[in-house]
Amino acid sequence: MGTVVRNFAVSALLAGACFSITCSGRAAETSATEAGKGIKVGLVFDVGGLGDKSFNDAAYAGLKRAEKELGVKGEYREPGEGAHREAHLRSFASGDAELIIGVGFLFTDEISAMAKDFPKKKFACIDYSISDEKMPENLAALTFREEEGSFLVGALAALKSQTGSIGFVGGVESPLIRKFQAGYMQGAKAARPDIKVKSVYAGVSDSAFKDPQKGKELANSLYDSGVDIIYHASGSTGLGVFKAAEERKKLAIGVDRDQSDEAAPGVVLTSMTKNTDQAVFDIIKETNASGFKGGAHVFGLKEGGVGYVYNDKNKALIGDEIHGKVEDLKKKIISGEIKVSKDAN
Amino acid sequence: MINLLALGTSTVRISMPYAAGALGGTLSERGGVVNIALEGLMLSGAFTFATTSWWIQKHWGADWVAYAPTLGLLAAVSVGVLLSLLHALATVTFKADNIISGLAINIFSLGATNFLLKWFFNSSSNSERCPSFSNWTVFSSPDPKSPWLALNQICHPLILLTLVMFVASNILLFRTRFGLRLRSVGENPQAADSLGVNVSFYRYMGVLLGGACASVGGVWLASDQGLFSSNMTNGRGYIALAAMIIGKWKPWGAAVACLIFGFADAVQNRMQIFRQTLSGGDLANLPWLDRIAAETPTQLIQAFPYIVTIIVIAGLIGRSTPPAADGIPYEKERG
Repeated sequence: MGTVVRNFAVSALLAGACFSITCSGRAAETSATEAGKGIKVGLVFDVGGLGDKSFNDAAYAGLKRAEKELGVKGEYREPGEGAHREAHLRSFASGDAELIIGVGFLFTDEISAMAKDFPKKKFACIDYSISDEKMPENLAALTFREEEGSFLVGALAALKSQTGSIGFVGGVESPLIRKFQAGYMQGAKAARPDIKVKSVYAGVSDSAFKDPQKGKELANSLYDSGVDIIYHASGSTGLGVFKAAEERKKLAIGVDRDQSDEAAPGVVLTSMTKNTDQAVFDIIKETNASGFKGGAHVFGLKEGGVGYVYNDKNKALIGDEIHGKVEDLKKKIISGEIKVSKDAN
Repeated sequence: MINLLALGTSTVRISMPYAAGALGGTLSERGGVVNIALEGLMLSGAFTFATTSWWIQKHWGADWVAYAPTLGLLAAVSVGVLLSLLHALATVTFKADNIISGLAINIFSLGATNFLLKWFFNSSSNSERCPSFSNWTVFSSPDPKSPWLALNQICHPLILLTLVMFVASNILLFRTRFGLRLRSVGENPQAADSLGVNVSFYRYMGVLLGGACASVGGVWLASDQGLFSSNMTNGRGYIALAAMIIGKWKPWGAAVACLIFGFADAVQNRMQIFRQTLSGGDLANLPWLDRIAAETPTQLIQAFPYIVTIIVIAGLIGRSTPPAADGIPYEKERG
C-alpha cells in the first residue's frame, strides 16, 4: 500500500510538472480577409516564444501585418525549451503552408535539411548562419547588418560619454554577438578617436543570455572602471545592465528594439533596433507575389533593416549636436563611404 | 588598481542567493532529506516576490508601495514553505525517492513560473518592474568617487536577514534540543525513534525551514533586479547544493564556500575588464595582479570560477561526509 501511494505521489508531481512545460503550440486565429487570395504561412518561433519582447514578437508583428495587408493566412508554433523545432517545421511543410519561416539562428541546420526534403515549399530563416555549404534554392536567409546599427549607437555613446570610456556587455562571444561589438567599437572610434571601449561577455553557454544578476555585476564592474555608458547585446542579461545603470545614475543602450520601457526613465540612452518585422513582412510579400528568391537577404541601414532610436522620449538626452553627427555617419554608411567590418580589431 | 572594497561588495552580492540556498539545503539535509529542489524553491520565491510586490503597487496604490517588498518577501517565503511541504509529503510521509521529488519540484517551478509570467505579464521574458528592497545609505562622503561608498551596496535588508538566518540556524542546529533532535533523525532515525523522537515531525521541520531559507535567495535575485525574468536563478540552486557539500553540511562552512564562489566570479568579471584596460600598455610597470590579468586569455578568465571550485574541492576541504541517513526514507519497524 505504501508503495502505491508513494508512486502515485511522485507521478502526480511529475505529471503536473510535465503539463506545465508542454502547454505550447497552438494555431493562431486566421484572419484571411479575402479568402483564397493569400498564401498560407507557417511561423516557428525560437526559444522564448511569443512575448519575448524581442525578435519573436517582432516576427509575429510582421506576420500580423502581412495577414492584414496581404490577406495571407498565418499560423505559428512555439517549440519551447526542448528541441521540437524540426517536428514543427515538418508539420508545416507537409501541410498546405507554402512559406515556412524559422525565427532564429538555431533553425539553421534543421531548416536547411527541411528545404532539401521539401523542394516545392519555400523556407526562410531569420539570423540564418551562412556557412560555406551551398544553401538550397528554396531557402532564404534573412540576416541583418547589426554591425551598422551598432556603429551608430557606438558613435552616439562615444560622443555622449563624459568619462571618455564606454562599455559593451555581450552574452556569448560568438560570431553573431561579435558583430554588435565590432560595429560598436568602430563607431565609437570613428566619432571620437581617443575613446576607450571595454567589452565583457557574460558566459560561454546560452544561459548567459538569461542571467540578469550576471549582467548587473558585469555592468557594475564596468561602471567601477570609469565607464559611463554601456551597450548590451545579451538578451535578458541586459535587464541587469539597465538596473545597474539606474542605481549608479549612468546610461545604458538597448538592443533589438526600443527598450526604454524596460528601465527607469532616463536610463536608456537609445537602442539599436533590428527590424525583424520588416524582414518577415518583405519575404511574405515577395512569396505571395510569386517573387520568392532564395539565398541571402541582407538588411542593413540602407534597407531600413537596422537603426537606432531617436524619438520624443530620448531627444533631450541625446541632444541636437550629437544627433546631427550620428546622422552624418549614417548617411556615409548608406552611401558606402564608410564600410563597417563584422569583426573586432 | 582594483577597488578592493567594490570587489568585496560584489563578492557578497553574488554570494547572496548561493548562501540562502545552501543554508536551506543544510537544514533540510541535516534532518535527513536530500533537497535538490533548491533551484525550484528559489525560482518560485523570485517570481512570488516580484509578482506580489508588483500587484500591491498596482492595485493597492501608492500608500502600500513602502510595504510591498516586505509583503512580497512574506508571500515568497510562504510559497517556499508550501512547495517544501510537498517535498516533505512525498519524501517523508510517502517515502518517495528524494531526488525524484526534488527534480519534480524544479521542473514544476520552471514551468509554473513561465506559465504565470505569461498569464500576469503577457511575456515569456520578464515581468514588469516592481517595488523592491533598496540599500541603506550608511556611508557617505563629500567625494563622490570615494571607494568607501561601495560599501553601501551591501548595507541591505536582505543581506542582514540572511546573516541573521545563518546565526539563528547555527544556534538552532548546535545549541538547542530541537537542533539535536533534527540532527539525530538525519544521522540515525532508528535510534532517535527508539528514544521517542518523532522522526517525521523533525524531518518535516528541516525541510520546511530549509524551503523558507532557500526562497529568500530567490527574493534577493528578484529584488536586486526589481523584476522577475524567466528562469532567472539560472542554475544557482545547484551551485548552492555544491556549496552545502563543500561546507560539510555546516551553516558557516556553506557560507565560506558561497563566498569563495562569489569571489571567483567577481574577480572574473573584473579581470575581463583589466585585460582590455591594460593590454597594449607597458606591462612591466604594472602592479603584478594587473599584469597577470593583462596577459591572460578571455577563455581562461571565464574558466576561473570553475578552476577555483576544483581546487577547493580537490585540495582544501578534505573529506566531506553527509549525515548518515541523508536521503534514506525512514521505515518504522513493525512489531
